Amino acid sequence: MATNASTLRPKSIVSILTSRTVFPYVFILPFVLSFLIFFLYPMISTFQMSLQSIKGFDTVKFIGLKNYQNLFNRQFFNALSVTARYTFWTILILIPTPLVLASVISSPTVRGGNFYKSALFMPALTSVVMAGLFFKFAFAEQETALINSILVFFGAEPYRFLYTKTGAMIVMVLFCSWKWMGVNLIYYLSALKSIPAEIYESAEIDGANKVQQFFNITVPSVKPTIIYVLTISVYGGFSMFAESFTLFNGARSPGDIGTTLVGYIYNQGINQNNFGLASAAGLVLLALVMVVNVIQLALTGSFKKEV
Amino acid sequence: MSVDHPVKTRLASFSLVTILVIISVIALMPFLFIILSSFKPGVEMVRNGLSLNLDFQNFSLTNYGYLFTQRDGVYLDWYKNSILITVLQTAGGLFLSSMVGYALAKYDFKGRTLVFVLVLIVMMIPIEILLLPLYKLSITLRTINTYQGVFLPFLVSMTGIFFFRQYAIGLPKELMEAGRIDGCTEYGIYFKIMMPLMKPAFGALTILMAMGSWNSFVWPLIVMRDNVKLTLPVGLQTMLTPYGNNYDMLMSGAVLAVLPILIVFLFNQKSFIDGMTAGAVKG
Repeated sequence: MATNASTLRPKSIVSILTSRTVFPYVFILPFVLSFLIFFLYPMISTFQMSLQSIKGFDTVKFIGLKNYQNLFNRQFFNALSVTARYTFWTILILIPTPLVLASVISSPTVRGGNFYKSALFMPALTSVVMAGLFFKFAFAEQETALINSILVFFGAEPYRFLYTKTGAMIVMVLFCSWKWMGVNLIYYLSALKSIPAEIYESAEIDGANKVQQFFNITVPSVKPTIIYVLTISVYGGFSMFAESFTLFNGARSPGDIGTTLVGYIYNQGINQNNFGLASAAGLVLLALVMVVNVIQLALTGSFKKEV
Repeated sequence: MSVDHPVKTRLASFSLVTILVIISVIALMPFLFIILSSFKPGVEMVRNGLSLNLDFQNFSLTNYGYLFTQRDGVYLDWYKNSILITVLQTAGGLFLSSMVGYALAKYDFKGRTLVFVLVLIVMMIPIEILLLPLYKLSITLRTINTYQGVFLPFLVSMTGIFFFRQYAIGLPKELMEAGRIDGCTEYGIYFKIMMPLMKPAFGALTILMAMGSWNSFVWPLIVMRDNVKLTLPVGLQTMLTPYGNNYDMLMSGAVLAVLPILIVFLFNQKSFIDGMTAGAVKG
């Protein structure tokens, strides 16, 4: 309010910039610029490109929804299917397993909780490339490679993991599970801390066993965290690309067994300069993610809360 | 139950702990294997895959030497690029995101809700969707193959803004009033009084941002063209071709790339875990 006293005189630029009403705008300026240049403009331009046929950078032609029609092709549906199956399996593993592990670790009878926590968390520190090196060569097709040597030891045939549809999916899902198990574990552990121990104690007195306690106390109490983990898993699953890129050493994979939606966008856009089709694919991906986000927000009741 | 069947309970908890131990060992296995194979000739990995063969006589530090001597020491260039980009992106990102988060938390101004909603929307959208238009924009701005091309588009971090806002909301407004009475400008209040109070938030986000930048792969892969300009993850990826000493350098290069993070982690496990999960929005 004190700053308004100076309004009688013509202001210098400095006094305008330091006034209490202008100050917050100066501070949010980085966001505004970044948003306009690196988000809104690209968003508009990708929408525009999705309606164009672009050959190189010079010849641009408006072709309406043709690119979207062209998405009805085998490669795109394959990428969609790979992404959907990958997301499904990673969710199936990465939602319940860390929760069970977290409740075991946090139970008072188990010691060394910090060791397990750190050990499981360490994979999250690695770059996708470094982790990919392990998975690529541990699941290599030779009999001597780590996983095949275990299979052979148990009398099974060596398997060409990175050359078959099922094998590729197994490796990608294990890769993701290995990398993110610890992070989800941490989310669950911090959620479990807020459950008062007395609830478990009185359940114990009432004769509920550990399994009953898990399903009737633990699961309902951490429901918001489960939904959060679900959201980031869907997000991560739909936008998966780097893992597949390192495993197959490029955005293509033999018979497209590991090519994801983002991989398809990369192939079409960066490799083949087919910006129109790639943009249309990107917007379909955006639509899918938004639908999932809206469902998640509706489930958590975030629409009712004030932001 | 536990009183009635102590043996059964103990057996159950024993088997649960055994499972925990096994899972922890599996989690650590890749680290062990990559470190072990970094001492072995790369050709063995090409021929046999990553194998259990622990022929210690063949172990040597040669692969680490190659990193400095082979291919004109390009690995050192990658290391330097990664350090430079990580430092610039983290420092710039912390500075700018904290300003935005603070303004959103502590000032009532027209458009505040709009800005915050926009932050949330950008957070919800996978950046992979914008790879192509950002690539096209980088060509127009002539930032392809430059450091700023790698970090500028993601310098202002939405997670950062969100986290700093949450943190700043909890800071006492009275301190700002006191600062005003003492004659501080709004900038002075932020830089001299409020920013130091946000130190824990800075700590957690330094870790989150630095790790994200150090490990970032897809965008640097698109932006950087010259071999000497690549970052560590992208550079290592290009060595996945059986050319020269590539495979010898692959594993030792990967070990040295992850080593700084592991060392920092082992000494600050708690702040690391807090930082990595800072993006969590509690429902």
